[in-house]
Amino acid sequence: MSAVAESAGAQPLHLGRVRWIGFRTIVLREYQRIIRIWTQTILPSAVTQALYFAIFGSLLGGRVGPMGGFGYMEYIAPGLIMMAVNINSYSNVVSSFYGAKWGKHVEELLVSPLPSWLIVSGYVTGGLVRGLLVGIAVTGVSLLFTHLHVRHPLIIVGAVVLTSMSFALGGFLNALFAKNFDQVNIVPTFVLTPLNYFGGVFYSVALLPHWAQAISYFNPILYMINAFRYGFLGVSDVNVAVAFGIMGGAAVALFVGAIVLMERGYGIRE
Amino acid sequence: MNALSVRGLTKTYKNGVQALKGIDLEVEQGDFFALLGPNGAGKTTLIGIVTSLVTKSGGEAAVFGHDIDRELEAAKACIGVVPQELNFNMFESPETIVVNQAGFYGIARPEARRRAERYLKQLQLWDKRDKAARGLSGGMKRRLMIARALMHEPRLLILDEPTAGVDIEIRRSMWEFLREINRRGTTIILTTHYLEEAETLCRNIAIIDGGRIVERDRMSSLLRRLHTETFVLNANAPLAAAPRLEGYPVRLIDEHTLEVEVSNEQNLNDLFGRLSQLGIEVVSMRNKVNRLEEIFMRLVDKGVAA
Repeated sequence: MSAVAESAGAQPLHLGRVRWIGFRTIVLREYQRIIRIWTQTILPSAVTQALYFAIFGSLLGGRVGPMGGFGYMEYIAPGLIMMAVNINSYSNVVSSFYGAKWGKHVEELLVSPLPSWLIVSGYVTGGLVRGLLVGIAVTGVSLLFTHLHVRHPLIIVGAVVLTSMSFALGGFLNALFAKNFDQVNIVPTFVLTPLNYFGGVFYSVALLPHWAQAISYFNPILYMINAFRYGFLGVSDVNVAVAFGIMGGAAVALFVGAIVLMERGYGIRE
Repeated sequence: MNALSVRGLTKTYKNGVQALKGIDLEVEQGDFFALLGPNGAGKTTLIGIVTSLVTKSGGEAAVFGHDIDRELEAAKACIGVVPQELNFNMFESPETIVVNQAGFYGIARPEARRRAERYLKQLQLWDKRDKAARGLSGGMKRRLMIARALMHEPRLLILDEPTAGVDIEIRRSMWEFLREINRRGTTIILTTHYLEEAETLCRNIAIIDGGRIVERDRMSSLLRRLHTETFVLNANAPLAAAPRLEGYPVRLIDEHTLEVEVSNEQNLNDLFGRLSQLGIEVVSMRNKVNRLEEIFMRLVDKGVAA
């Protein structure tokens, strides 16, 4: 413990390089975490989706009959994929960032020269990576049960990326506000799952009475699922342009909110 | 240029506690600086503000001329910090922890891996590089935090109680390591409860108490201000009572042990001569407390420094 090889001198700070490498490091660390605990991050969604297809699709779906002009399993497949993507994007960020807060290793980032917007972007990209990995896994499971035709690939990619980012940002905000692990689990269990179920995963809102339809249109997940479904089936309960406006607006608003709270040190600085 | 310059720094927490009440402090480039104070004095708050973990209520702070309000990223790039509490991911390996930390400072992976090998070897952690950090001993965890803080080769290294809970052998090797880093140009600010550590390592010192700097001086000047020292003497033969030694306050601790106060104007030869005249032969001697500890306790007006 005697020799120090390098002397400490004043070196110019290349902010762009620091930020790019810092961003990559956050994303890589998130990716490694997702892969290290894949039985907690990837596998459960694949198993759950297989159960959904087996029970709702095969057993009950045969009695439901066609929906929106498609077989029931084909109709619900995009919604199930989107539900897995949004819940996993949210869960990844809320658990990872709150875990870092709880274990205090968030301080590794807070003392570094990385700005708040970049830290948020790194975690959100980590959430996006998990959302996409789970989405691919769940799509693979879906193909065991039904056919999926890609009609509008750009709409599929746009919808899944914007939805995943919005939910990852929601998870980030949840982690900032959370003071214990209970508060990390409340939103996915009591908010996201019901909103997904009432967001048209299993049905077309056209089947609902008018008052229920009116309420459903206040549910942002309805727009996300329908835009995604439109990319596969070419049918939607909502205007796809409006859906993209809502998804983009939500992503921007949540991103700005997360940065403002980070800058104020809410939940992370004394 | 000063490594750290702080002007009128204040901090009031939400619960109303005023942790800093207008701190002014300058630490010169290349210094090995001790920041001492009792628990709750404001040391960690001051470090927290400089490293941006705590939001200041007022005042200014600059690191190598980079104001933390206007050039926060540049200021933070200059600092490496070893916090008081363990703050790494216990599930990650030491190598992953230090390589990622380098990445947060813009150091590319190949270079980060080279530095990881160098610092983990120097801090005797290379053999444990692949193990989960939670399995390391207390001393290893402390050394891991030092390795992590050095990965971007900071110009200012802030160590908040770096040797707490570390055994004496490791502590001394860490001292030598830190001396070497300082010799090569890194400014070091050290807080510690081991006052021997501060006295041994540091050239300048500030003592903070109740959110204010109560003393700021060169270590040598401060120690010279100590007018008296207390020595504990062990006699070879049992003593019935404390001997009368004019000018030297003496207390009998037990039948073989005396405690004698010696001022700067007196000398030990005179003391031993007088003891010898009384037939008392001294077989060993030590300072009752570390000299800095004596000054520290006087300045913070407390009986116990820790």
